[in-house]
Amino acid sequence: MRVRPIRDGTVIDHIMGGQAMNVLKILGIKGTSSAVVSVAMNVPSKTQESKDIVKIENRELEQKEVDKISLISPNATINIIRNYEVADKHRVELPDMVEGMVKCVNPNCISNTNEPIISKFQVKKDPIRLRCLYCEHVITENIAELY
Amino acid sequence: MKFGRRHIISMKDFTRDEIDFILGRAIKMEDLLKNGTSDLLKGKILALLFYEPSTRTRMSFEAAMLRLGGDLLNLGSKEASSIAKGETLADTIRVISTYSDAIVLRHPSEGSARLASEFSSVPIINGGDGAGHHPTQTLLDLYTIKRESHLENLDIAIVGDLKYGRTVHSLAYALSRYGANITLVSPPQLTMPEQIKADLKIRGAQVSETENLEEIMGDIDVLYVTRIQKERFPDPTEYKKVAGAYKITPNLLENVRQDMIIMHPLPRVYEIDSSVDNSPHAKYFEQSFYGVPARMALLTIILGVEM
Ligand SMILES: [Zn+2]
Repeated sequence: MRVRPIRDGTVIDHIMGGQAMNVLKILGIKGTSSAVVSVAMNVPSKTQESKDIVKIENRELEQKEVDKISLISPNATINIIRNYEVADKHRVELPDMVEGMVKCVNPNCISNTNEPIISKFQVKKDPIRLRCLYCEHVITENIAELY
Repeated sequence: MKFGRRHIISMKDFTRDEIDFILGRAIKMEDLLKNGTSDLLKGKILALLFYEPSTRTRMSFEAAMLRLGGDLLNLGSKEASSIAKGETLADTIRVISTYSDAIVLRHPSEGSARLASEFSSVPIINGGDGAGHHPTQTLLDLYTIKRESHLENLDIAIVGDLKYGRTVHSLAYALSRYGANITLVSPPQLTMPEQIKADLKIRGAQVSETENLEEIMGDIDVLYVTRIQKERFPDPTEYKKVAGAYKITPNLLENVRQDMIIMHPLPRVYEIDSSVDNSPHAKYFEQSFYGVPARMALLTIILGVEM
């Protein structure tokens, strides 16, 4: 199947195979959304085993959203399309710290109470691990489930 | 060494030089204790914020502060429960830190001491945060080893619940700074988490594991015994099985090194038979005494007393 080019919007390419749905989840796109979105899954790729691609019309991503995507797919590329042309293209970058994005999985962590703080995690690479700055719990799996 | 006004949250934040500095200061404090009292912390106030009871830790801090001529602000247990219902910890800390020069916090949630340090205008000492950390317990354990055995070339066996025991985790981290040879002895259900074992090796500890305590008794300088907590076991018969697995009895001590010492953070339940108490190897009551000079050392250091 070929997906037609988009006029304005964002193409997220080189998403880790199987993670496209999680990318949609991060972006808050559900079946009921009015946004025009195309998804290609498990596309053969030169640089990785297989990749997913997500095209979103008429939307440019915020940095916070890009950071979230980097946590589940560190090799993804973001292409901003304006008037059918690639106006900007860059890889996502894994931040050293993520704040207020991910919820700690430790139910007894002070960050899961009504204290006036936001969650903070130190990000470590290969494989991606998030270490809670409060309770030091390390999250390695199902990161997309925690947004 | 720059220590003044520093928060004491986790043993992982300490370098070996810093630990040595605290332990060196503890020796001075022990000398000071022999000669009566002092007024090194006269006019200073230590607030004790205990959201869950821990008589030993609280009284040991109280004794340390009183021996140094300082004063205490103590949160009563009734107040603790009423605060726990409403006000945030952040607000409580903001207020109490204006009344005092340092705060000891004991709280059931992991990460509470780290949170407190973000809102406090005075140093926070973590007196135990849930299953997280208890750094002053580790300091007194290290001090006991230094006084009653040796920290260099140490052969130590750590016995009991190695899975959930926060003090054991932080003790092992600290010992790795001294290149200790650590033998982990536990039932298979309660082994040390893989992540911690990997960290220990990276930090230079020699780590081995066994279920059989008897076979290693002759090769150790320190036997560190911990309690296996009943509440970890949904099935009481399962608990009985492991609880009895490592009972320290006079028989077990027959072929040990002459200067081998036995430690236990107390309270003990089944783990050490009371007939062992009079043995020259038993050092657990000394260990609880050493908590006072170790905490005196820490208090003077974070409150900026030069010696
Ligand atoms: Zn946490």
